[in-house]
Amino acid sequence: MEADRNLSWLIENGRIIDPSQRLDRVGRLLLIGGRVAALDPLDGDIPADCSRVDASGCVVAPGLVDIATELGEPGLEEDETIATGTIAALAGGYTSLACSASTDPPIDTASDVEFVRQKAAKADNARVYVIGCVSKGRGGEELAEIGSLVEAGAIALSDSPLPMGNTALLRKALEYCLMFNRPIIDRPEVRSLTRDGVMHEGLTQLVLGLAPMPAEAEDLATARDLRLLESTGGRLHLNSISTAGSIDIIRRAKDRGTIVTVDTRIMNLCFDDECLRTFDANYKVNPPLRSRRDVDLCLEAIADSTIDMITSGHQPKSLEKKMQELDAVPFGVTSLDTCLAQAITYLISTGKLDWKRAIDCFSTQPSRMLGIDAGTLTIGSPADVVVIDPGVNWIVEPHQLRSRSRNTPLLNQTLKGRARMVWVGGVLKYQLAVA
Amino acid sequence: MVEPKYPTVWRRRHLLDLESLTVVEINALLDCAEQLTTAYNASSTKLSLLNGRTIANLFFENSTRTRNSFSLAAKRLGADTIEFSSSGSSTSKGETFIDTAKTIEAMGVDAVVVRHSTPGTSHLLSTHLNCSVLNAGDGPHEHPTQGLLDILTIRQKRGRIEGLTVALVGDIAHSRTARSNIWGLKKLGAHVIVCGPATLVSKKWEQFGVEVAYSLDEILPRCDVLNLLRIQFERQATRPFPSVREYALLYAMNSQRMLKSKSDILIMAPGPINRGVELTPEVADGPHSVILQQVSNGISIRMAALWLMLGVDGGAK
Repeated sequence: MEADRNLSWLIENGRIIDPSQRLDRVGRLLLIGGRVAALDPLDGDIPADCSRVDASGCVVAPGLVDIATELGEPGLEEDETIATGTIAALAGGYTSLACSASTDPPIDTASDVEFVRQKAAKADNARVYVIGCVSKGRGGEELAEIGSLVEAGAIALSDSPLPMGNTALLRKALEYCLMFNRPIIDRPEVRSLTRDGVMHEGLTQLVLGLAPMPAEAEDLATARDLRLLESTGGRLHLNSISTAGSIDIIRRAKDRGTIVTVDTRIMNLCFDDECLRTFDANYKVNPPLRSRRDVDLCLEAIADSTIDMITSGHQPKSLEKKMQELDAVPFGVTSLDTCLAQAITYLISTGKLDWKRAIDCFSTQPSRMLGIDAGTLTIGSPADVVVIDPGVNWIVEPHQLRSRSRNTPLLNQTLKGRARMVWVGGVLKYQLAVA
Repeated sequence: MVEPKYPTVWRRRHLLDLESLTVVEINALLDCAEQLTTAYNASSTKLSLLNGRTIANLFFENSTRTRNSFSLAAKRLGADTIEFSSSGSSTSKGETFIDTAKTIEAMGVDAVVVRHSTPGTSHLLSTHLNCSVLNAGDGPHEHPTQGLLDILTIRQKRGRIEGLTVALVGDIAHSRTARSNIWGLKKLGAHVIVCGPATLVSKKWEQFGVEVAYSLDEILPRCDVLNLLRIQFERQATRPFPSVREYALLYAMNSQRMLKSKSDILIMAPGPINRGVELTPEVADGPHSVILQQVSNGISIRMAALWLMLGVDGGAK
């Protein structure tokens, strides 16, 4: 491995996109000793034994970064393991993940954080950062030992995908985290309005008779979270925003100077509630697929940076869990393998998202929110790099997925574009097999 | 005896909902139901249209009348039936509902009649099974044979559907009968009103061309047909109105309300009825009530549905 780290790579002829430097042009990127060494180096600065990659027609970008990714360990190994999840990440162009604390038991002690970090080190694929619980056992009653979690390496605190239902506890957590400068990640949702819900409340839901999840459940909790943020001065990230109402509330807050970061999930940008007409359990996600209007407003909010970033919403679930009746099926899709291709197919190819903003949403913004040294190709930064082939068509066959789970509605669909090569710390960790 | 004629327009193998059926298909089902009943009544024995066929009743939710109605319909066509019932979700048994259905199918059945408390279950089974699937009610989604039998009853009494004003009264939110009636009646040209407590009747129905009303007394003088839906206490997480007493005060069909109605109003109820809640005994048993005719028509409709779904390949097994 040490030998690998000393290797140098020259990635040539690719379209280099790095939103952190407002960079978007064809050029050459030199990686030496695990770090970005130069952009458009002089021939004399290129080591003689340098490996050269021809990235013609490809996008060269900082590796993608995901937050609140579910990696299954400890306790949910039937859905995913850290080893399989991080390989799926690499195949999807991701170099860093901040894994969700929604494990069994949840990651609410220092030793849990250490366990995940050790497993991730052993897997040695994508980098794994750990999100610790806000509350003990994700019970929503008392604070977890946040100081110990942070000391053990937790970079953010969250009970997500469970919402912080207890308003007093959220207020306390925002205040308490001021000591550690770590963000609280909350999935805003008033559970008493969504209990037993299966899909977005709307016309499609009215027709199908499935239990409703009204948009107000998200809007109300978003407003509450922002008000608490403003009064405590803490750090808050709103996870998985999906409604027109909450976007409006966030936009007003940002306009008056409130510092908050926001993500939405790829599913909520690509699909609407009509998809549930197939009764395919793989469209059962939370936040639910909303109306076409909500989807369009989410895209608008991406464009004007009301929403800062796009997450995979990776929630792998084993086949037997997804084979149940629709109301018993757990929420979620497996997404790391396909998220980038889904974005290229549904958003970039259709002109709804440009490449520069896409890389910003998938890499630069999440890195900034987490405060990690990633999401950039500035000289001296870790060489976490992805080469994306935007033109290749591929079919999402089950065997193509590196995730342990197969719960995605994209199965057997043809997608356009995918990661071709991925480096983590200057080491080539993934290379697409040539067909 | 007139031999029932298999309608040439019929191409479907599954009966999952009324929303996706065409007017021609709905009329074919209604006509076929009448023909089969005439043929059965004229015959001294069972019909032999489905001889050698096996139909499985796969009921994941309790039912007495629909299950017996399907069984009897199958037997009157000469088919054999097997019964499978299981309450509670598949997880409590440790087997998924798909596996349960595949197991029953492997016993060599030609059609499964499925009832389940979750919307979409029969749709999903139709994609997983090779045999025909008939939806006998999937949660609050649809109950196509109930919708058809209600429509057949109205047609028999009035000779038409077009131009009639039909009110569905009660728990629209949780009613599969309401949804199947809405689609079927709208397609055939009726004016449909949904009426009940605001917590159970969404204004959004207006976007499908359905009139939404909260006051039964206001709409009553205009209605040709009242279909009084049962309050689905079992599907309500929290009670959507203050008390049963208040519900009955606002929506129960009683003798006083009969006086405000058209003289030839039809009173229907999909059953089982909560006497004293949706309607009072004197209305249920009165001259305007067609509740028992609905039950008889249920068998006719289910005979038609089974024959059409299974006969689509020209009767070949």
